[in-house]
Amino acid sequence: MSGDQSRAIWDRARAFQSVIAEQGAMVTDADYLQPADILLDLYGEDIRARAFTTQDPLRGEQMLRPDFTVPVVQAHMAHGAEPARYTYMGKVFRKQEEDENRPTEYVQVGYEVFDGSDPAAADAEVFATIAGLLANVNVAPVTGDIGILRAAVQGLDTSERRRAALMRHLWRPRRFKSLLDRFSGVLPVPVSRSAMLAQGDPLANVGDVLGLRSRSEIAARIDALREDATTPPLSGMERELLDTLLAVRETAPNALTALRDISVDLGSISGAVDGLAARLDALSARGIDIDTLPFETAYGRTSMEYYDGFVFGFEAPAHLNLPPVATGGRYDALTTVLGGGTGVPAVGGVIRPAAVVAMEETQ
Amino acid sequence: MTLKLGVPSKGRLMQKTFDWFANRGVTLRKSGHDREYAGAVDGIDGVELVLLSAGEIPRELEAGRIQLGVTGSDLIREKLSNWDQRVVEVERMGFGGADLIIAVPDAWVDVETLDDLDAVAAAFRANHGFRLRIATKYHRLVRDFLRDNGVADYQLVDSQGATEGTIRNETAEAVADITSTGETLRANGLKILDDGMIHASQATLFRGRRATWTQDQRDTFKALVSKLNA
Repeated sequence: MSGDQSRAIWDRARAFQSVIAEQGAMVTDADYLQPADILLDLYGEDIRARAFTTQDPLRGEQMLRPDFTVPVVQAHMAHGAEPARYTYMGKVFRKQEEDENRPTEYVQVGYEVFDGSDPAAADAEVFATIAGLLANVNVAPVTGDIGILRAAVQGLDTSERRRAALMRHLWRPRRFKSLLDRFSGVLPVPVSRSAMLAQGDPLANVGDVLGLRSRSEIAARIDALREDATTPPLSGMERELLDTLLAVRETAPNALTALRDISVDLGSISGAVDGLAARLDALSARGIDIDTLPFETAYGRTSMEYYDGFVFGFEAPAHLNLPPVATGGRYDALTTVLGGGTGVPAVGGVIRPAAVVAMEETQ
Repeated sequence: MTLKLGVPSKGRLMQKTFDWFANRGVTLRKSGHDREYAGAVDGIDGVELVLLSAGEIPRELEAGRIQLGVTGSDLIREKLSNWDQRVVEVERMGFGGADLIIAVPDAWVDVETLDDLDAVAAAFRANHGFRLRIATKYHRLVRDFLRDNGVADYQLVDSQGATEGTIRNETAEAVADITSTGETLRANGLKILDDGMIHASQATLFRGRRATWTQDQRDTFKALVSKLNA
């Protein structure tokens, strides 16, 4: 990258950050090197494909920060007081194993709001702030809400174990679908499993159990599989409602109507749909034109993230193969994980100034 | 400029590679002392033999320091990202076959599929407070495979040898390893998952990207390919 380009990107980042700071956000920062164990615990092995890992003789495995959200949340949970608003600016680092044209380091400007007094208003505040920063470039917003799918799964008329399995794979659509297929009886039970369960005690002829996973853990899973074998399949109606729900892709007001219709038969989503309605009102109050704002129930499901409610992105229509210009969402559950059991409602977003500068050059 | 052909520098893989080329009229041999890594080629002009460790051949091909190389298709996939944009398969050679698979203890009567492994990983993490460990040296291949199949709550632990023993030593709960007959696995009380086949590897002749090749090298390659296919 040339010095001029780099200067233009940092200038823009500073300009964005000063707008956010003028709104009352406290400027914060994070270390470049983050302890790997926390990130691995949160994201699993997949983070190794995304983050650069290095070794420190005293501190152990460290990662070049792949994002700011985790350290900012940690710092807030350790000694922040509510409500709080933070902004940060700096480089994040991502390995690019698939596409060598994508940068391995780029500047992010972020805004994080920890304020539980009015979640809909906080969602709208973050979205409208970022929309304001992008007012002069040609980007297309898209919104979603992971909370609606979560509520739908939690309301399914099936065993707690099956609901938990679906919740665990909410962010892996392929796995999620194959679980649904199995729970609806579309996919047959593997022959090997039926054969195993047909035995009185499948562990009867098993000698020593090798390794750390114990005989009692194996027995517990066999009990769980027996219970699952007697669980009735998911009803065709519930399956259909879930599929209809996930297919909603409309302007926000039409999506709201469609989801209200679905909630007549799938009562568990009513609260989440009310939340969507409140958010649309809050967005409207902030001057966002909700009549043209796109909403997709499935949006944000494929990115390996921690969002569990409102999600949004701003995409450059001409560069759909590039990562979005800005993204964000609500991550209440993450604060609970990082806060050691106590969580706070939180929502935030990041913007990539380099994408904005590049778009302005081509406009 | 000669066309440099990288071949594994020892063992059965070297011998079988030499035999494979000999059957096609190209004689490869170690020149001089048996312990020297220099080679000679008869039967075609312009080809230079470079003896290397099989694990180094992918990187040397990618860097363009050799133009052709014989190595396992597993090593190419493990060591090069976007391998199919960096090298091209010229011939699958039909030996050195080995499968990269996932195996778990025989005693896990409740686990036959990746589905089971995923469910067990979730329960294991809840019980033990850390992710189920899979020992392997094929980090990229295993991680991509498990991601594509939606397996979560595992971690990879590095094992560069005697991987089957890691479960007994309680440094891993499962393994992802290369096997040709499955005998070592069975002897160690392990079984292969029904859908745990990650890659069926065999010795393969690869070429690097041709962009930087000289006309001489292109001509030699053409002559070599027609000899191999004759």
